[in-house]
Amino acid sequence: MSHDLSALFDPKGIIITGVSNHPGKFGFVTLHNLIVSGYEGNIFPVGREPGEALGRPVLGSIDDVPDGQADMVFICTPQAVNEDLLRAAAAKGVKAAFFAAAGYREAGPDGVEAERRLVALADELGIAVAGPNGQGVVSTPSKMCAQIVAPYAPAGRIAVASQSGNFVSSFLNLSHHTGVGISRAVAAGNAAVLGIADYVEWFADDPETDVCLVYMESVDNGREMFERLKAVAERKPVVVVKGGASDAGARAAASHTGALASDDAVFDGMCRQAGLIRARDVEEAFETAATIATQPLPAGSRVVVVTTVGGWGVAAVDAMSGTRLEATPLPADLHAAIDEKLPPRWSKNNPIDMAGGETRDTVPEIMELAAAHPEVDSVLFLGLGIQSNTAAMMREGDFYPDHGLERIVGFHERQDARYAEAAAEIAERTGTPVLLATELANARPENPGPAGARAAGRMCHSSAGRAIRSLELMTRYAQWRRARGL
Amino acid sequence: MSITLSEAESRRVVTRHGVPVSPFVTGTSTDGVIAAVENDATVEFPVVAKLCGRAIAHKTERGLVKLRIADEQALRVACDDLLAAARPDDGEVEVLVSTMVDGNRELIAGLNDDPQFGLTIMLGVGGILAEAIRDVVFRVVPITEIDAAEMIDDLATQRLLEEFRGEPALDRQSLIDALVGLAAVGEKEAGIRSVDLNPLILVDGKPIAVDALLEVEVDR
Repeated sequence: MSHDLSALFDPKGIIITGVSNHPGKFGFVTLHNLIVSGYEGNIFPVGREPGEALGRPVLGSIDDVPDGQADMVFICTPQAVNEDLLRAAAAKGVKAAFFAAAGYREAGPDGVEAERRLVALADELGIAVAGPNGQGVVSTPSKMCAQIVAPYAPAGRIAVASQSGNFVSSFLNLSHHTGVGISRAVAAGNAAVLGIADYVEWFADDPETDVCLVYMESVDNGREMFERLKAVAERKPVVVVKGGASDAGARAAASHTGALASDDAVFDGMCRQAGLIRARDVEEAFETAATIATQPLPAGSRVVVVTTVGGWGVAAVDAMSGTRLEATPLPADLHAAIDEKLPPRWSKNNPIDMAGGETRDTVPEIMELAAAHPEVDSVLFLGLGIQSNTAAMMREGDFYPDHGLERIVGFHERQDARYAEAAAEIAERTGTPVLLATELANARPENPGPAGARAAGRMCHSSAGRAIRSLELMTRYAQWRRARGL
Repeated sequence: MSITLSEAESRRVVTRHGVPVSPFVTGTSTDGVIAAVENDATVEFPVVAKLCGRAIAHKTERGLVKLRIADEQALRVACDDLLAAARPDDGEVEVLVSTMVDGNRELIAGLNDDPQFGLTIMLGVGGILAEAIRDVVFRVVPITEIDAAEMIDDLATQRLLEEFRGEPALDRQSLIDALVGLAAVGEKEAGIRSVDLNPLILVDGKPIAVDALLEVEVDR
């Protein structure tokens, strides 16, 4: 069954229960985060003691909320009172609820019973219930950070659904770090009513979302989940990272096949069949989602690496071994075209090692030649930021700005900014992904190279190996689509 | 509860769905076996003879597998020996005779009823080392030909599927057909808990199962 979650992700008004003046309490923190994220709808804090919090009037009861002004309720109150609160909210026109409140299934037999009643009540009232025991929901199109913890995130095209709230925070932090933004993010909590598949199905229809990013631990109804996520993957990419990849192969198996059927191997096969892009860890998952969200899908597995010096190119090719990616031999006409641009000492091979022979326009020109070539499916440029790194030392040294340093520093910095901008522009124009990688993305994020990638809204990977890994996962997804005529 | 069918019964079931198995005949007496071999155009010497029965789990350990039988006379002796080795608690038994097929490369394929995903299909690098190598890939049944092709591509040991020690490269379409047939066993036969095709020997690049075991759920 597909749920309408528009009141959860784009509410026109939000009731928060359990609001007090105590800055350590969930109700207060949620009110705070909602205001500072710039939420523009109505906010109705409700608390045991009417008064004021963060300059907003706190109502003594949901009954005091004007009819039809709120369609979402964010529950921070103790479990025992929440059924009454949900009924009161429903009477005001609420269509969706996020239960941050704990005390449900995770809390023993009484909690299990409370959760069962909550599921029945949600059904009776026709309310889409997220949680309970979840950290919250984020939606950048509505400037909404309805969470009991940080952070908010920059706006973008990635939608997150997670069975762990911590990893919602991880993904949002990585979004801040890379600058590649988020459309929606939700912690499923106990997933009493709404589960991962419900969220991802809604994301598939969401015009604000291009890529779904999922963290999951348990698989309750694997067959149903397989069918539902496969239907989504046919429409939008779904990146999955799974925790708890334990080996249940010890289960008593009468057959060889059963003995070989570890949970992880079966889950992996399910992902390959359903077109789910399975990442090994949270960083890889985010980086892959961020790459897919900001690059065209590659048409095939032929990669050209462009580098200013040797070692990085070698590392990139090493990272491709054992993958489906191929450092394709340079087509003759591409080879000839590069000969025109570089002095004879260039590598004459893939990786295209410019060996320091580049002048003002060479890097963008060679990226362009490679990306535009019909026998090249992806381009990886290594060496972004190296000029600005030299410039940074000059700028920070005692001789600056004399001895011509100001001029050369300015030149270097403009060049790296240009390279980042050109990579984005060329990818968009040619339909060939152009990835960037430099450890400066971590070491010196203010460097105009990685900073330029950020400004262009693109992922700059922190190493060639990580870029290759994202590219491989993205290429596999493209191949999965193509094999099925999608 | 589930029961494991004998190899002969298992072979008859999987063959119905297009799974390639080495040519075989069966009989319950030496004369019957000899007559079956004479009347069958597909079984060729040298052959292997095995004593099959639902209650016989460890054929090799009990010496119930006779390999490289060169001619009819030797087969007659082997059948007499096998039938004489049957114990009262083996229940109904029959002798299975099949062509010995040769190949250096062994794969494994099977079905397994997974607690999370229901019936799944597996392909792996097989034979007696399968559980040590653990180069296996799974899919959820049913599968398409595209899924089957991707299973083959997902095996880590691709080099084993290329030309190998004078043997031709894997005929991928044959293996795709075998996997689709195996999946059909799971879809069309009632109560399948597991199937093992182990080993699945590559002969002239084409997979042929030389052993098959089906475990099925039965009502008591």
